[in-house]
Amino acid sequence: MGRPGVTDMGSLSIRNVVKRYGNVTILKSIDLEVRDGEFVILVGPSGCGKSTLLNMIAGLDTVSEGEIAIGGRVVNNLPPKDRDIAMVFQSYALYPTMNVRDNILFGLRIRKSSPQQMEEALARVAKTLQMEHLLDRKPSQLSGGQRQRVAMGRALARDPALFLFDEPLSNLDAKLRVDMRTEIKLLHERVKTTIVYVTHDQIEAMTLGDRIVVMKEGEVRQVGTPQEVYDDPADLFVAGFIGSPSMNFIRCTVESRGGRLGVALHDGGGSFFMPAPPSIGGLGERVGQEVILGIRPEQITDKDPYAGANPHSIEQAARIEVVQPTGPDTLVLIHLNGTPVTCRVHPGANPKAGQSMGLTFDLSKLVFFDPSTEKRIR
Amino acid sequence: MADFVRADSAGGGRALGRIVVYGLLILVALYYLMPLFVMLTTSIKTLEEIRAGNLIALPGTVTFEAWAKAWGSVCTGADCSGLKNNFWSSVSFVLPAVVISTLIGAFNGYVLTLWRFKGSDLLFTTMLVGCFIPFQVVLLPMAQTLGWLGLANTTSGLVFVHVVYGLAFTTLFFRNFYVSVPEEMVKAARIDGAGFFTIFWRIILPLSPPIIVVCVIWQFTQIWNDFLFGVVFSGGDRQPITVALNNLVNTSTGVKEYNVDMAAAIIAALPTLFVYIVAGKYFVRGLTAGSVKG
Repeated sequence: MGRPGVTDMGSLSIRNVVKRYGNVTILKSIDLEVRDGEFVILVGPSGCGKSTLLNMIAGLDTVSEGEIAIGGRVVNNLPPKDRDIAMVFQSYALYPTMNVRDNILFGLRIRKSSPQQMEEALARVAKTLQMEHLLDRKPSQLSGGQRQRVAMGRALARDPALFLFDEPLSNLDAKLRVDMRTEIKLLHERVKTTIVYVTHDQIEAMTLGDRIVVMKEGEVRQVGTPQEVYDDPADLFVAGFIGSPSMNFIRCTVESRGGRLGVALHDGGGSFFMPAPPSIGGLGERVGQEVILGIRPEQITDKDPYAGANPHSIEQAARIEVVQPTGPDTLVLIHLNGTPVTCRVHPGANPKAGQSMGLTFDLSKLVFFDPSTEKRIR
Repeated sequence: MADFVRADSAGGGRALGRIVVYGLLILVALYYLMPLFVMLTTSIKTLEEIRAGNLIALPGTVTFEAWAKAWGSVCTGADCSGLKNNFWSSVSFVLPAVVISTLIGAFNGYVLTLWRFKGSDLLFTTMLVGCFIPFQVVLLPMAQTLGWLGLANTTSGLVFVHVVYGLAFTTLFFRNFYVSVPEEMVKAARIDGAGFFTIFWRIILPLSPPIIVVCVIWQFTQIWNDFLFGVVFSGGDRQPITVALNNLVNTSTGVKEYNVDMAAAIIAALPTLFVYIVAGKYFVRGLTAGSVKG
């Protein structure tokens, strides 16, 4: 991760940062290193402290304990304007009485930039965001997406070391949100400035970030690339939060059959044995105990006639309760150990509610959790 | 024929409803305009015609002598220079009082909503109590305070009284208006590098015209029409027009000149009328305008 002591202009270090309001601790000792040019997502349910953390990085909120450094410089006691940052807000927070040009240039004007500087910044921003034709409009004359672009333009104008995004797409409708997501990612490719981006939307987190920081109740639960967080969740919360539809959790008992560790499952009628990947050594000491099995919907699909004999899969028939076509896939609901389980099958398999269907369970990515601590069993 | 009637009955019903509604509105409007009509006509009649006794008759001969007298030469007490001095006297303290109380109210509202501090809500509630304190209660303490400040019987003193008394209202107006300003706008401005006062001047005040209009109308009406503070705290020769009008109308010596009284009353009411006519449409707009959507 970050190299301590090396001062990259856009690096961000958060060390043992704590935030308290009176007796309530909002953030419990956060540690995070962000490299120069990295796109980092803070994601978590509302109330997890992600926005508070962002406000503290921006200097809009004070730090109770610990240190925040931007570009190697501790900024705990610097006001927002001296931190070399820019921020984009969920409500856009454009100045309603100023036109787009003045909105973009406000920060430069306050800082008494020269007319040439402002001219250049305006030209650069307008070109980057393709809004030369909007410069004379008032915010009220813009669509939601255009306002969002102006808000980004305002951030871009000052060419800061660090961009902070606070749920910037939450006010947009679904289609526009997808478009703007692409636009933000393109923007990052172009300007290569460090971005810290807060969202509660795990899809945004997965699609945008170089790294994801999953937070809950004032703690960092996991930091990793999107694929790491998806494939190798640290605990039950992360596993359930990332991914849509979310991972299936099934309570089951660890058994040892024929020298292999695994779990026993039943679909209401017959029961079957699901062997665990041999790499999970932690199951050995839990034979006879209850664990939580995690399996993602796409790991349970219809039988693939061309797959051949996959040693890491088993086949099992189950009764279909509900069928939900999404277009590319069809979601099928079955019951295992009394828990509803979502499976992702090909639409061509043509599943029908009430019928029994042969399903292939991919076992290579099974994960197990301790029911009391909710931590991964590895 | 029967078909025709039936087909038209719905529209006919609506038209009838309209007639009833408009008729009623016109009637009520006329009723309310009646006193103004009487005042206006009386003010341009001659005294003989008034004595003839028909209150609502149109004037036989139109004369503006009463207006000229009310403005320039009527006697209020011992002073026979008309209401013009009092008019300008009123203007001289109403304008600063309105401007200052509005500005401070805007500033208070800005702090109480966008720069909240511990106890700011309590402070606001305390200030609101000021809206419910009757004028009479503060007379003596205010007189004492003005004495201490050396402002007794001065125009500045009267301005001070009206500013203090108006703050509760103006703060309330602006506070409730600024509540709907997104806090993120202030955050954005802070990150852009703007300070406390810059944000107020460059961002918050420019989006305030609707509530400024409301506040100015309210304050202007209150202060211009005020009698009690005027009669108590103004210097003898700098009396506001409301006090002079009272002295004029309530005089018990000589012939009662109703036309002059009426003209004087209208002159005293003209500025507030003017403010309402000029800014009235913004008044309603400002009262209902809550959101500051981008």
